[in-house]
Amino acid sequence: MFEAVIGLEIHLALRTGSKMFCGCAAESLGLLPNVNTCPVCLGLPGSLPVVNREAIEKALRFSLALNCQVPEVTQFHRKHYYYPDAPKNYQISQFDRPVGEHGFVELEAGRRIGVTRCHVEEDAGRSVHPPYAPYSLVDLNRAGAPLIEMVTEPDLRTPEEAREFLVKIRAIAQALDVSDASPEAGKMRADVNVSIRLPGEALGTKVEVKNLNSFKSVQNALAFEIKRQTDLLESGRSVLQETRGWNEGGQRTYSMRSKEETADYRYFPDPDLPPMRVAEKWLETVRAATPELPDAKRERYRELGLRAFDAGLIAFDVELATFFDRAVRVYEGEAQLLANWLNGDVAGHLNANDLALSRSKLSPENLASLLTLVDEGAISGKTAKDVLPLVIDGGDPKTIVEERGLKQITDLGAIEALVDAVIAANPAVVERVKENPKVINVLLGQVMKESRGKAKPDAVRELLNEKLG
Amino acid sequence: MMTAVEIGRQVASGRVRAQEIVRAALERAELTQVELNAFITIAHESALEQAEKIDERLAAGEDVGPLAGVPIVVKDNICTEGLRSTAASESLASFVPPYSATVVERLEQAGAVVVAKANLDEFGMGSSNENSAFGAVKNPWDTSRVPGGSSGGSAVAVATGVVPIALGTDTGGSVRQPGSFTGVIGFKPTYGRLSRYGVIAYASSLDQVGVLCRSAEDLALSMDVMAGHDPKDATSLAGVAPAFAKAVTGASDLTGVRVGLIEELTGEGNSAGVMAALELTCERLVQLGAELQQVSVPTARDGIPAYYLVAMAEASSNLARYDGMVYSSRTGEDRLGQADVMMKSRGSSLGPEVRRRILMGTYALSAGYYDAYYGKALKVRRLIAHEIERAFEEVDLLLTPTVPSVAYPLGEKVDDPLAMYLGDIDTCLANLVGIAAISVPAGFTAERLPCGVQFMAPALQDERLVGVTALLERHVGEKFAPLAPL
Repeated sequence: MFEAVIGLEIHLALRTGSKMFCGCAAESLGLLPNVNTCPVCLGLPGSLPVVNREAIEKALRFSLALNCQVPEVTQFHRKHYYYPDAPKNYQISQFDRPVGEHGFVELEAGRRIGVTRCHVEEDAGRSVHPPYAPYSLVDLNRAGAPLIEMVTEPDLRTPEEAREFLVKIRAIAQALDVSDASPEAGKMRADVNVSIRLPGEALGTKVEVKNLNSFKSVQNALAFEIKRQTDLLESGRSVLQETRGWNEGGQRTYSMRSKEETADYRYFPDPDLPPMRVAEKWLETVRAATPELPDAKRERYRELGLRAFDAGLIAFDVELATFFDRAVRVYEGEAQLLANWLNGDVAGHLNANDLALSRSKLSPENLASLLTLVDEGAISGKTAKDVLPLVIDGGDPKTIVEERGLKQITDLGAIEALVDAVIAANPAVVERVKENPKVINVLLGQVMKESRGKAKPDAVRELLNEKLG
Repeated sequence: MMTAVEIGRQVASGRVRAQEIVRAALERAELTQVELNAFITIAHESALEQAEKIDERLAAGEDVGPLAGVPIVVKDNICTEGLRSTAASESLASFVPPYSATVVERLEQAGAVVVAKANLDEFGMGSSNENSAFGAVKNPWDTSRVPGGSSGGSAVAVATGVVPIALGTDTGGSVRQPGSFTGVIGFKPTYGRLSRYGVIAYASSLDQVGVLCRSAEDLALSMDVMAGHDPKDATSLAGVAPAFAKAVTGASDLTGVRVGLIEELTGEGNSAGVMAALELTCERLVQLGAELQQVSVPTARDGIPAYYLVAMAEASSNLARYDGMVYSSRTGEDRLGQADVMMKSRGSSLGPEVRRRILMGTYALSAGYYDAYYGKALKVRRLIAHEIERAFEEVDLLLTPTVPSVAYPLGEKVDDPLAMYLGDIDTCLANLVGIAAISVPAGFTAERLPCGVQFMAPALQDERLVGVTALLERHVGEKFAPLAPL
């Protein structure tokens, strides 16, 4: 039985105010082409790059979170290739002195995946090919935007592991405010290297797969490749070293180019950017400014009493975690209940309406207050579920319950009067209860109906049992 | 011909109007242009406009700065906002920068007016100013000879009195060598002393803006205006720049100053005229109280290969962007694809010397050759730096010829690039090491051609060179840097 050997190369768009080497905004979403540019990112003659310190700090923060060693000196190199959306025909990147090396990330099962390196570089522009036009267009808004590239050791073994790794990297990047890390928005891209071998044997011929724009594609492409390579080897053929693309529609990889000659990028130290010393003092301030990591968060949630599943789900989603942390601060009940609601009904309602938590008007305080009403017996869990959509739309639970008269009847005298009336009105049912105690539920339903759902069901049941038992 | 200091004073005091000065400079530029071709663009309109503004501001009682109304010439590989900056290349023939180089910005803020953009060897690549898409520049002392390069146009503009100050760039001697060939001062400051922002890059780790002028006072004034950290250039020196003007006024004599002649560069290989100029300078130095001695820089003669490898490698990278996509006219748009268009455009818009250097530089950086060429060049560079540092433990200044010869006839070395490259043997050391160096006029040879000598100062001690220049100038008097005949 073959085993797969998988390595990932991940690009993350750094979330910074300005681009990597100039003052233009790093984000150019929704802008007209080529407006977010300046002489530096256009590569105009005479312009010079200056390193964005924020980008380096965030890259250092990320490297440290991936347990990387940070060298004393980090340096930029030029990587040469000719392409119209690379304004200088070289990319300022890093080569032998990246911001981080020799790190690792631990998977759920405790297995460590090696992180070979983390480096900072500038993004290229975008080529646009209008259909049927005899020309292409170039948009340089994105040129010079800061990127982190991280490369793993070939330590991953299954498509599921690769996906788990990506989810984890995304969570770390988001928690550290290093990147939006959203593949959908083009802020996180992954290329994969995959080969198969018999366990214990030397590495097989590897294939690189590109154009993967979601975690799902990564997983599916890997599964496809592993199957394809296995079929090849089992039928006595061999795997060709090549770069393949991923066809999302057909759910299959296809050959892009064979790797018979590797590109010569003519790397050399960028003489415009002196090597940067990363002083221990600087690292200390970076460490001090580093927010809680997802693993630590999950640990904290476990300590709050959350089940492992919920703790992980919340800790690895920066949006959920931020929401949960605020809610748990004001909610006095059990944290697990909060998690049940958040991962259950709230998530369900948001998904059904295709709404992100951050975009909804649900506040952590209102959710906490809704649950508190249930805990206090003021409303039933059922009522709480009924009014949740209103609370998600920004309603205040107390006001809603008040205005709609949804408060439970807790006055035992009033409930007893209702119970007596229902018993008196249903002699036939009362007779049947003597033969089958379960029929009591019919009377219970009747009482609840009479109270328009506001009677406390526990109290009603108790009274009925008392009177008929 | 007034110095920049005098012009600034007179204009500020209202005795002369900036417009008169600038108009005269423009006229003189036109006058020389036909025969010498020192300029790529003469900026009539913008210069007069600026001069008018200066006069208005002075009339309104404003302080315009110490260079009020001083006409200057800027080498055409230094960007000037709204004024075409070609680097003497077909590939940038219509490039009008939307920004000015920091050095230009600072000079203009001090009141200077750019009257012309000077001709040069394309992208600074050459030592004779014959490699220009806009034609060769000629030496005003003998128009059958080269003015030196690559800042040939800037040197000629100063030598002929069009302007008192011109900016050049010096990557391996490109300010000092034409300074020597035309009889003016050519100063290359410490690497990082002047901002490179807006200087069209040739070899980034070697390029430095330099000044051509005819008096120590003008040199000091322009340096005081331009020096100082620039946040737009990551290689710009931090900290306070030296006080250059003070180095001129404070210079009294050279008593106790030890001047070292580099053995390896002051013997064979230099022409008789150059040796005579060197001896003349030595005599003057001794008269001023200096102590002369020989020092050894054993690897000095390996500077040339190291320098050319580094320069060409960096050039191959810096010039990669001139691919016909943005600047030059595009050739080969025949639907053969992007790679073909780029190759053809580069082939047709870059001159032969530039193409030669890009090809050699590309080779030197290629996988498998990097260590043997670029890597080795960097080692030699470090070795030379170390040897020069050691030499400065024994002496305060180093002295060599600026060039092993005086100006040679046009065309003489066009087909022999190696002979041309060897002319940088004395000057390239300061660029490799990053220290300041200056070419100071040292009289004329028998054939009435000017000849300079070169001083180098220890790291960051730029002002010492200005001081020694001021002393020699005072010592020689009127004939220190005479105007070339028109």
